[in-house]
Amino acid sequence: MGALGGAGGRRRRAGLTLGMEGERRASRARSSDLPAGGDGAESPGGSVPLPAGSCSPALLPADVLDLDEDEDDLEVFSKDASLMDINSFSPMMPTSPLSMINQIKFEDESDLKDLFITVDEPESHVTTIETFITYRIITKTSRGEFDSSEFEVRRRYQDFLWLKGKLEEAHPTLIIPPLPEKFIVKGMVERFNDDFIETRRKALHTFLNRIADHPTLTFNEDFKVFLTAEAGELSSHKKQGPGLLSRVGQTVRAMASSLRGVKNRPEDFMEMNNFIEIFSQKINLIDKISQRIYKEEREYFDEMKEYGPIYVLWSASEEDLVDTLKGIASCIDNCCKATEKRMSGLSEVLLPVVHEYVLYSEMLMDVMKRRDQIQAELDSKVEALTYKKADADLLTEEIGKLEDKVECANNALKADWERWKQNMKNDIKSAFTDMAEENIHYYEQCLATWESFLTSQTDLQLDEDSEDKL
Amino acid sequence: MEQTPPDPERQVQPASLEPLSGPDDDLEAAVSKEADGAQREGSGTDTMTENNFFLKKIEISVSEAEKRTGRNAVNMQETYTAYLVETRSAERADSQSVLTDSLWRRYSEFELLRNYLLVCYPHIVVPPLPEKRAEFVWHKLSADNMDPDFVERRRIGLENFLLRVASHPVLCRDKIFYLFLTQEGNWKETVNETGFQLKADSRLKALNATFRVKNPDKRFTELKHYSDELQSVISHLLRVRARVADRLYGVYKVHGNYGRVFSEWSAIEKEMGDGLQSAGHHMDVYASSIDDILEDEEHYADQLKEYLFYAEALRAVCRKHELMQYDLETAAQDLASKKQQCEELATGTVRTFSLKGMTTKLFGQEAPEQREARIKVLEEQIGEGEQQLKSKNLEGREFVKNAWADIERFKEQKNRDLKEALISYAVMQISMCRKGIQVWTNAKECFSKM
Repeated sequence: MGALGGAGGRRRRAGLTLGMEGERRASRARSSDLPAGGDGAESPGGSVPLPAGSCSPALLPADVLDLDEDEDDLEVFSKDASLMDINSFSPMMPTSPLSMINQIKFEDESDLKDLFITVDEPESHVTTIETFITYRIITKTSRGEFDSSEFEVRRRYQDFLWLKGKLEEAHPTLIIPPLPEKFIVKGMVERFNDDFIETRRKALHTFLNRIADHPTLTFNEDFKVFLTAEAGELSSHKKQGPGLLSRVGQTVRAMASSLRGVKNRPEDFMEMNNFIEIFSQKINLIDKISQRIYKEEREYFDEMKEYGPIYVLWSASEEDLVDTLKGIASCIDNCCKATEKRMSGLSEVLLPVVHEYVLYSEMLMDVMKRRDQIQAELDSKVEALTYKKADADLLTEEIGKLEDKVECANNALKADWERWKQNMKNDIKSAFTDMAEENIHYYEQCLATWESFLTSQTDLQLDEDSEDKL
Repeated sequence: MEQTPPDPERQVQPASLEPLSGPDDDLEAAVSKEADGAQREGSGTDTMTENNFFLKKIEISVSEAEKRTGRNAVNMQETYTAYLVETRSAERADSQSVLTDSLWRRYSEFELLRNYLLVCYPHIVVPPLPEKRAEFVWHKLSADNMDPDFVERRRIGLENFLLRVASHPVLCRDKIFYLFLTQEGNWKETVNETGFQLKADSRLKALNATFRVKNPDKRFTELKHYSDELQSVISHLLRVRARVADRLYGVYKVHGNYGRVFSEWSAIEKEMGDGLQSAGHHMDVYASSIDDILEDEEHYADQLKEYLFYAEALRAVCRKHELMQYDLETAAQDLASKKQQCEELATGTVRTFSLKGMTTKLFGQEAPEQREARIKVLEEQIGEGEQQLKSKNLEGREFVKNAWADIERFKEQKNRDLKEALISYAVMQISMCRKGIQVWTNAKECFSKM
């Protein structure tokens, strides 16, 4: 029996494994015989509440976790997509963002993180059929369920797509982090120019780290395989899983239910949907505005580069104004450099974040749809019950299952939604704060250069005046 | 400094001026010398009046601009702008200025005044007028002459022109200039009656002289090169500056969009709402701040433009010198060839080819009386020629001396003005940076409170 929980069926344990921190906290609090940390465990201790925010769950020593059983559970849940992975929620789990903020303040994230992933070294591969890029993925971990503490693999975009698909299958109403786009239509000359690859690499890095930080997704088996399997292993692993037919079946059902529409979407989800719609609009606009600012700054920079040298040219024909003219030229060049720095700052701190949330907003809409589908299934069965008295028993049983499923889905989404909003707020806040900081720094640099020029001119004037007096 | 145009009625002959430092100094020094000159001259009440006028400190302003419609030369309706020129003199002891004259002038009248000064004072670097049509515009500014911003900047430029003329030690004494400020009706006719257009050198003549002159004063050749360089570099500078302004405008204005979107977004955010809303407000402030910043910069551009146009005035003086020098050289050459002809006739040797010589060879020598007659004519011509050459030489040297004095004055003025303009540009940039820091600091605070 896994040390994680008290008594409970497979579901429950699995739920605890895959559930939110709150779940864990609750379970550990209940089972007092649970060693909160083994020898040399890196976790801060079982009594310390974990932030549901952006960090991964506390590390428990390998022997405390009963891995095999948990893995079975994972397999079960990932194969049977009609059942939810997360079951009931502990009522003790705090869902208020405020308490989460407080937790975040107390915890040092890096102490809790036990999975470190980097994505780098894009490499081009040419075969007879195609050309593609692979990225090197290095994983460092202290988790017991991993066979080793360090892994290095190479993956291509397709593999990331596969991973995302599996995560969505396994957790239809969790907010899966978005992947960078397949390709950007406008402004692309070649598919693989350096800027594109670099932007994509960063986004893929963010993608994997977001998964690692997610309390549930981080323990997903496909995720682990993705990070650790050699190329051959990965392809054979990919072939497992629900067959094409079952997936097709799912899609058909999904389409059918979406056609029916959702009549009884609960109030919270109406609100959520409304938020998502407006958020999506706004973040898209912000993305466009930010990209436009970058473009305008670049054009400003290009013109400024030409501007300074003209003053130098002029100084060649003005003996008495040489210092002044050259001084101005050098100020303009310094401002030019500052602009370049501002631009690169913008493209590092603001643009990727805003763009990620554009993609997130699309994800959110998909998640809403999926939730709605699940509810629609239930609704249709309920409707059927009122008409088909004959199969009442069977239907009632199915309805029971579906009701559970809906509840799971809704709760999962609700919890993840709060987490997502909290993250979004922090990310947006820090992105814009950084952007403001970049701008302040830019103006400070320019101010310094112009002020020192002015001082030098006034000093010169004073010198000249005193010379005249002599 | 002696004036080349001989007409005493137009102005007074003052004593020579020492180099001066400021425009007011110029005027006062001129005025004090004026007083001496006035007594000496005594050429009529007209000059006395104008002397008295300039004895006091005057203030000239182009205070208003007004759209007018009227009929033009071909009796078609046209719209134009008229500018109110006001003159004040500080008469009283408490140096309170009193409005002495006030009249309306349009741009074409300013042009007429300037053309007049150009013709009558070819050795002076005549201050330029503001541009007739808006050039070096960046996209927000319109190139429309009726645009209020353009009219406003032109008003300032015209005022600047009048002030420059009034503070020039020589030009300030000109009667036509005085009348421009004081006589509204009939001024145009008065100017035309001076017949100055007849004295204008034809462009073609000037061009010819530029190419053919053999020995111009080196300083003028250098000055010509300088003015070409000045014109080229300032044009380039103005063009690029306009593009930079355009881009800067873009950067600022796009930020304004954040304001609107943040505000809409804040409606759905419970925690972030306030922060977003107030940050958005600061983005709006940022975006609108660029209008004033670029308005100020336009003033800088105008200061540079004045010197761009001054380059043309410099070239005009050089051209006059070349023309006079060429004239001199031609006259000297002419004289030399006449002298040679005379010699040949007298000695009977024919060193150079001449038609007369050929016909003589072919048809026999001419009678001695005829030859005597010709020699006599030539000797007269040579005599006249030598006189002319002497006076031309004198004229030329005077011109060079006077022109160079004004050029030195101009150089000092230019260095002062440009330096001041460049420093004020730096001051503008500093102000822009400070505003930027302010706005972004406020925005950052709002963001961090989200």
